[in-house]
Amino acid sequence: MIENQKFQHSFNYAYIDEYTKKEIRRKTLKAVCIPGYQVPYSSPEMPISRGWGTGGLHVTLSLVGPNDVLKVIDQGSDASVNACNLRAFIKEMSNCAVTFDTAEATLIQTRHRVPEEILTEKQILVLQVPQPEVLRSVERHEAKTRVMHGEADYAKIWVTLYEAYVRSGGLRSGAGHPIMVNGRYVATPSPIPSWDVPNLNMARCLYLFGAGREKRIHCIPPFTRVEPLEFEDIRFKVEEFLGVKCSASGQDKAFMDQIYADDFSSSYVINDSNFLDKLRKGPRPPQKLFTNPA
Amino acid sequence: MDNNWLLRVRNLTKIYGEPTLDSIHRTGPAFNTNICPKTGAVVAVNDISFDVYPGEVLGIVGESGSGKSTLVQMLYFDQEVSAGEVNFKPVDDGNVNLFELSNQKKRYIRNHLMGMVYQNPRDGLNFRFSSGGNIAEKLLMANVFHVGRIRIRGADLLTKTEVPIKRMDESPARFSGGMQQRVQIAKAIANNPPMLLLDEVTSGLDVSVQAKVLDLIRGLQQDLGVSMIVVSHDLGVIRMLTDRTMVLKHGKIVEQGLTDQILQDPQHGYTQLLVSSLL
Repeated sequence: MIENQKFQHSFNYAYIDEYTKKEIRRKTLKAVCIPGYQVPYSSPEMPISRGWGTGGLHVTLSLVGPNDVLKVIDQGSDASVNACNLRAFIKEMSNCAVTFDTAEATLIQTRHRVPEEILTEKQILVLQVPQPEVLRSVERHEAKTRVMHGEADYAKIWVTLYEAYVRSGGLRSGAGHPIMVNGRYVATPSPIPSWDVPNLNMARCLYLFGAGREKRIHCIPPFTRVEPLEFEDIRFKVEEFLGVKCSASGQDKAFMDQIYADDFSSSYVINDSNFLDKLRKGPRPPQKLFTNPA
Repeated sequence: MDNNWLLRVRNLTKIYGEPTLDSIHRTGPAFNTNICPKTGAVVAVNDISFDVYPGEVLGIVGESGSGKSTLVQMLYFDQEVSAGEVNFKPVDDGNVNLFELSNQKKRYIRNHLMGMVYQNPRDGLNFRFSSGGNIAEKLLMANVFHVGRIRIRGADLLTKTEVPIKRMDESPARFSGGMQQRVQIAKAIANNPPMLLLDEVTSGLDVSVQAKVLDLIRGLQQDLGVSMIVVSHDLGVIRMLTDRTMVLKHGKIVEQGLTDQILQDPQHGYTQLLVSSLL
């Protein structure tokens, strides 16, 4: 009988083989050392296709251990298909604990949102990034954008902000407002809403950004200065939900989703599902607030 | 020579292809070729030296392929040089060779101390930005991060170059050729550079628009006192704008002197040919 050692174990711990995990960890360390700098990495094959959260998955799987408590969010929700499948996959592969509770988690993988609740130094937030290159919209060629980053040549990205102001009267760049990390590199914080951008500044937790399709990792270490690009007279603004209350909890001061009913009436619901659950149960969890002073 | 030059160019050379000793010594007007007989390398600019003085307008004429454009593109760091050095008074009082500086320093010189107007507006302007945005780019490079001030300065420059301010927020793609060229000039002088490089600015324009653009350039030169290098194959442009002229052929200077003198009394056979073929 042929005994094939190789196929006796169907997968390695945390799916990725140890050499590749080591490589991803080394690249992650480099990213931590140079805040905002995009480090190229191997981006190995995953059982999901590139662009579906592989970057976040690589970083998460290279860090996860059996003692970790994992939370996966997709656009603020723990219950969306993408979040459920990724959570089940990582749990299966690494035998870690899973949770919905933001405060309890040690490792959080997320897409398009940063949790409302303040994260601590015990926590790591891994963001899935579709396009890590903030200069891609103004320069097509990778070789040139690298030189531009090297020489801190960011005039073109400033012109896009100027043009946005001329067209719309504000700096609204939708999701992914360009940020200056540690006074050196301009980066894009994944496509998170402007509401979440101030959360990145001087945070206590570690933010890791993995872009699987583009094969880049970048990072915002704890207690790093993160400033959204803004003009001296035209300032950066987060989304305003003035006079708006969450229809599920009656609360405000959080990022809201607008939901349309069949009769074209609309209502608002707090986007962060775990935050909403906590608000309905009891006291408000610790939160950094930047707007809605009333 | 006296020491009050603004820009000093020494032994500037550009060779495309494999250079040998022969590339320099066996090309040029005397050999009637700029192609190296051994390797076939093209010697675009062959060991050229000259000075530009403050407030002076220097003309460079020559037929196409004589190396005029390559020369100014090297001065603006668009092209790598093969050999030679350039000293520029505003940088370290002219004691440093510009080509040995870091890319960051070169970019600073491009943005603050030199302006370039290309023959094709697509080279100098970004058509995906508005005209105001193109000028803003230069100001943002100079660390002006105040939208109000950027717009005032932009409107000011466009007024100076006779572009209607109403169309400030339109893309230059929707402008006529002459207007595009004037936006390009506004962008080039945005940071009040002491040196302006004009590469065939009027070549793509019809005659009446040419006259307007030339008028504008002459007016700006008198108002701002900026030094210029004007590259053109058109002797009319050279006559109208420049104080001093160099005639280039096969990458070498065949004749230089006061513009009037060169046009009235050309010495070199090639210059005589150029002047006599003037329409």
